[in-house]
Amino acid sequence: MTAQPLLDVQDLTVEFSTRRGIVKAVQHVNISVAKGETLAIVGESGSGKSVTSYAVMRILDRAGKIAEGSVMFSGIDVKAATEGQMRDLRGREVSMIFQNPRAALNPIRKVGDQIEDVLRTHVQQAMVSDHGEKAIEALEQVKIARPRERYHAYPFELSGGMCQRVVIALALACNPQLLIADEPTTGLDVTTQKAVMDLIVELTKRKAMSTILITHDLGLAAAYCDRVVVMEKGRVVETAKAADIFANPQHPYTKKLMRATPRLGVSLRDLLPEEEGAAAAESAPAAVASAEGQKPLLLIEKLVKEYPRQGATATLGKLFGRKPPVEPDVFRAVDGISFSIGHGESVGLVGESGCGKSTTSMMVMRLLDQTSGLIQFDGEDIGAIAPASFARLPQRSRIQMVFQDPTDSLNPRFTAARAIVDPIMQLGDIKGRDALRARCEELATMVGLPHNLLDRFPHQLSGGQKARVGIARAIALHPKLVILDEPTAALDVSVQAVVLNLLQDLKARLGMSYLFVSHDLNVVRLLCDRVIVMRTGRIVEEGSSERVLSDPQDDYTKELLTAIPHPPLPVH
Amino acid sequence: MSSVAPAVEPAGPARTSGLTAILEQTRYVLGENKVTGFSFALLIVILLAAVFGPYVVPYDPLASDTAAALKAPSAAHWFGTDQLGRDIFSRVVVATRLDTFIAVASVVLVFLMGGLAGIAAGYFGGWTDRIVGRIADTIMAFPLFVLAMGIVAALGNTVQNIILATAIVNFPLYARVARAEANVRRNAGFVQAARLSGNGEFRILLMHILPNIMPIMIVQMSLTMGYAILNAAGLSFIGLGVRPPTAEWGIMVAEGAGFMVSGEWWIALFPGLALMIAVFCFNLLGDGLRDIVDPQRRT
Repeated sequence: MTAQPLLDVQDLTVEFSTRRGIVKAVQHVNISVAKGETLAIVGESGSGKSVTSYAVMRILDRAGKIAEGSVMFSGIDVKAATEGQMRDLRGREVSMIFQNPRAALNPIRKVGDQIEDVLRTHVQQAMVSDHGEKAIEALEQVKIARPRERYHAYPFELSGGMCQRVVIALALACNPQLLIADEPTTGLDVTTQKAVMDLIVELTKRKAMSTILITHDLGLAAAYCDRVVVMEKGRVVETAKAADIFANPQHPYTKKLMRATPRLGVSLRDLLPEEEGAAAAESAPAAVASAEGQKPLLLIEKLVKEYPRQGATATLGKLFGRKPPVEPDVFRAVDGISFSIGHGESVGLVGESGCGKSTTSMMVMRLLDQTSGLIQFDGEDIGAIAPASFARLPQRSRIQMVFQDPTDSLNPRFTAARAIVDPIMQLGDIKGRDALRARCEELATMVGLPHNLLDRFPHQLSGGQKARVGIARAIALHPKLVILDEPTAALDVSVQAVVLNLLQDLKARLGMSYLFVSHDLNVVRLLCDRVIVMRTGRIVEEGSSERVLSDPQDDYTKELLTAIPHPPLPVH
Repeated sequence: MSSVAPAVEPAGPARTSGLTAILEQTRYVLGENKVTGFSFALLIVILLAAVFGPYVVPYDPLASDTAAALKAPSAAHWFGTDQLGRDIFSRVVVATRLDTFIAVASVVLVFLMGGLAGIAAGYFGGWTDRIVGRIADTIMAFPLFVLAMGIVAALGNTVQNIILATAIVNFPLYARVARAEANVRRNAGFVQAARLSGNGEFRILLMHILPNIMPIMIVQMSLTMGYAILNAAGLSFIGLGVRPPTAEWGIMVAEGAGFMVSGEWWIALFPGLALMIAVFCFNLLGDGLRDIVDPQRRT
């Protein structure tokens, strides 16, 4: 390491005072960032990676404080600096990018104005008239096409990736020395993620600044950073060069994380820690053989969902005599797709946001009415039944769903047990308190949820536990088809590994079919026999998982695959 | 927000059952927030006065004693006596029951009308929303107190009609809050999940959405309780409410108002003070109640 690092965090401990006493979110952390270096802080939720960066910026909320240690930023003691000094530091010297770009932008102001605000606050020397040009320059820098037009755009008119670019432009407007990116690409599509990360790395090099990338994704960290710091439960467990940490991880936690990251050439069982993986492989019952030549469980033919293109712009345009845009009157979210799912088969439906995969799953679930097309389930045309009346029919119990966000999909006022038995109370044949409780406990055992957690409310459960409650609820009625809508997107990798394995076991044990909706090809491959790739409402490629991933035919599939950041394979 | 979820299992004491948890939470909130504790103490005093008041007061609130008319506060008559020689302290305490009853009844009524209509409007949208919205707009087009006066004048001078009038003028407040809250949740994951579990639309409304809106509705009820008391007293003050000689804070202030000029300040002051304390108490209560009923605060 050269003489003086740009940022030097020594023995940092951050405490939060809560109702249950003082919680040490970060304990004795040492991190240093050299000039021009890109450092990744990797860890799962609750590891203290975000808190560490907040402490560096001194933006901890009221309950938190730096209890011990020192934070030196290019010779300034952050701990002792006045609030005025810190204000100068933030934005001009240290900038931050947050996870949700839409939340970081003011929704009712033009993006150009927002960039100008930053310039006006921090750059005194520039002429006032100059700000507009400077803002356009900043937009140009983050490779936004037609920056002069985009200057006048409101955040809602831009896509998620575009918004993140604007946020980066905001962060870099004053040429900071250090950029802190807190999960900058979580929630973005893989191809967008690649574009945004490439941009961040390129700008870091060009502007000779340093970057701290905070992420839960080891693959991302490996692909884009010089050094990696792995954090667990508020402590740094390993610091090493990116190449070294993958070739030769030292700490057991790092090894566990690496194992759990889905990647090419591994099976579902490999994601679990060694002993557990072996145990799971042994105890798993043999898969229910799907009989050949049988009628498919679910048959979709020429399914279409159209939304009317409406909105004030068209009406206003007519009013003021402007020419309406030459577009069809309807928007086809799903454009005539056909596929089938066999008994006991799991099919992955992959695509980026807006490709129509969620709309498709909603129609199959009968939560949404299709415009045209056939949905045949178990030989019966359920597409003809209106969603409103479907809820009370016995068929309802044959198709169930596991939702994307385990928190949002649980009623905050229901205990875990109440949530699990809700479908049984409505559609099941089990009556009586004790019988319901017994079934609930049986289901909890099946999904590996400790019985003592059954009386808790959702906010008292961890993400993985909530996911298990959601799965238990979905399988409570012995469904034949379960739609998994990105069931692990909100979970940490190690929890994701466990949940995916659980889903695999349940499928084999209960003989269900899965429709796995996801944007992540790597995850889909682990669980699914067949993969369907969708783009703009159409199916672009369909085939066995192995074939699609190893030998993609469509250009779009290829693009999706190359965009996934791959960590080097771990050595065993 | 994945970063919020604790990585390790909270090793706190084992979760206690429903009632104990609520009691524990109540104790915590009261201890944490002195103002809430104070308002709860005040509420208990008001409730005790409402329930036991008539049995413990030293004088009959309706018994006049012309010999002791217009006496200033003394040891015998703590709050003094009015122009008919009635003991003001006894009247103020006894009136608590009537005033609190009117307030509670009107708030419950308006919750049933406005709250449920609002939730249905927010959840179903479309025509339900339009109809409820326009009813609320129509009510809000009138000065509320004038509207309440009109309703009581038209329907007659009874306690039931005061309750109804107070409920109607508060309708838009409840309908709008409930509508907004239900609207946010209509497409929440747990509502979708409830549909998948075979819940009908009305069941979802009552079992899934309503309980999630209760915390904010309870705060709303507590806040309008103060307004309801004021409204009832106001109606009585202008002669459109409870009729004399019934003990009621609004009438007592009205009766005392004429004597202020001649120096008999106590006739109007003490009922006015009681009114103020009651309104004050219910307003303070709102925030404390929200903390208690919200399970998210009960970690």
